Amino acid sequence: MNLADSKKKLALAGLGCGLVAACLAFFGNPANMAFCIACFVRDMAGSLGMHQAAAVQYARPEIVGLVCGSFIIAVATKEYRSVAGSSPLIRFVLGMVIMIGSLVFLGCPLRMVIRMSAGDLNAWVALIGFILGVSTGAFALKQGFSLGRSHETNAASGVVLPAVMVGILLLAVCTTLLKFSESGPGSMHAPILLSLGGGLIFGALAQKSRMCFAGSIRDVVLMKNFDLLTVIIGLFAVMLVYNVARGKFVLGFNTPGVIAHSEFLWNILGMYAVGFAAVLAGGCPLRQLILAGQGSSDAAVTVLGLFFGAALCHNLGLAASGTALNAETKELVAGAVPMNGKVACIICIIVCFVIAFTNKRRTGKQ
Amino acid sequence: MKEIDARGLSCPEPLMLTAEALKNTDGPVRVLVSEAHQRTNVEKYAKDHGKKATTTEKGSEFEIIIE
Repeated sequence: MNLADSKKKLALAGLGCGLVAACLAFFGNPANMAFCIACFVRDMAGSLGMHQAAAVQYARPEIVGLVCGSFIIAVATKEYRSVAGSSPLIRFVLGMVIMIGSLVFLGCPLRMVIRMSAGDLNAWVALIGFILGVSTGAFALKQGFSLGRSHETNAASGVVLPAVMVGILLLAVCTTLLKFSESGPGSMHAPILLSLGGGLIFGALAQKSRMCFAGSIRDVVLMKNFDLLTVIIGLFAVMLVYNVARGKFVLGFNTPGVIAHSEFLWNILGMYAVGFAAVLAGGCPLRQLILAGQGSSDAAVTVLGLFFGAALCHNLGLAASGTALNAETKELVAGAVPMNGKVACIICIIVCFVIAFTNKRRTGKQ
Repeated sequence: MKEIDARGLSCPEPLMLTAEALKNTDGPVRVLVSEAHQRTNVEKYAKDHGKKATTTEKGSEFEIIIE
């Protein structure tokens, strides 16, 4: 089974993933978050007590499903390979950068597309930053950027992240050890089995279609190849229909309840950092989870970087706040990026430049 | 025959190296990759550029001859 060899199959995979996201939104996931990798990893970090932001703590079964869905389908179709050794700590840092940039913007590239489909113009503004970031990464690749080769390692190494994910799910279901939000986005979720099933399907489809938000734009910039973009357009189309059909399509900048802010510069710079770092790491947050599932310990280290970055964001006050309606006064309170977040975002971009132009591909056999 | 060893490299490096090799040589190119999705990408790139790609599995890796 290969979903990546024709545009038609790629578009179908995108439609499938869009349906999963729409279903999960329908059955209780937060509005316009539906299936955001950065938000869900951040919620999971919260449930593990890595940060204390009470509104965003929930062990999202979707993340477990994504990693395990990719793992199962990769094993079943003999694509599972346990590999490691391609500059793991640089990947850890890139994972942190991706999370910090995402939480300055308030969403990963997947959520950016979901927000775009709901008429949130801030997400369209952020898309400019994302494209510029991906283009900068593509430029670095053209200049010979590489994090070096990975090598085959003990088969068990690649199983660690899927196993840890299952462990977290078991702790969440069978014990009271983990934290759960009682209000806020972390308290809104689809039923656990549905979330897990949705994650498994999404993970399997993403593994087979090579779905990647950074890769889709990178391929257009670098080789005028529109294949991966087809998957994203498929997902966008389904979410657009869903949002319009349910009356959730609101064209505008300051939409309360969307969990977004209208600081244009920081929407652009946040997504610039994400696009840049994702190209350097070889894929967006979703793709990192999928690659980790099919056995890459390097991608798994990037995922750990995402968790670490999420903890930093909420422990040090880097994450942006969303525009919301004050329940008592009915006044619109504009979301904003705190000063700490702005400084962190700039540091992240500088770090990306340093990584991009200090890691060159070595020629010859290694 | 020109040889590209793209084993273990992250996307899109295998494809970039293949594209560069095809641009700089008229003869056949031998590409080594380790991941299934990279195999598909390289095969597809060759096909899209009017070339024939023949793949053989070598252990857990792939050898693609483009001519």
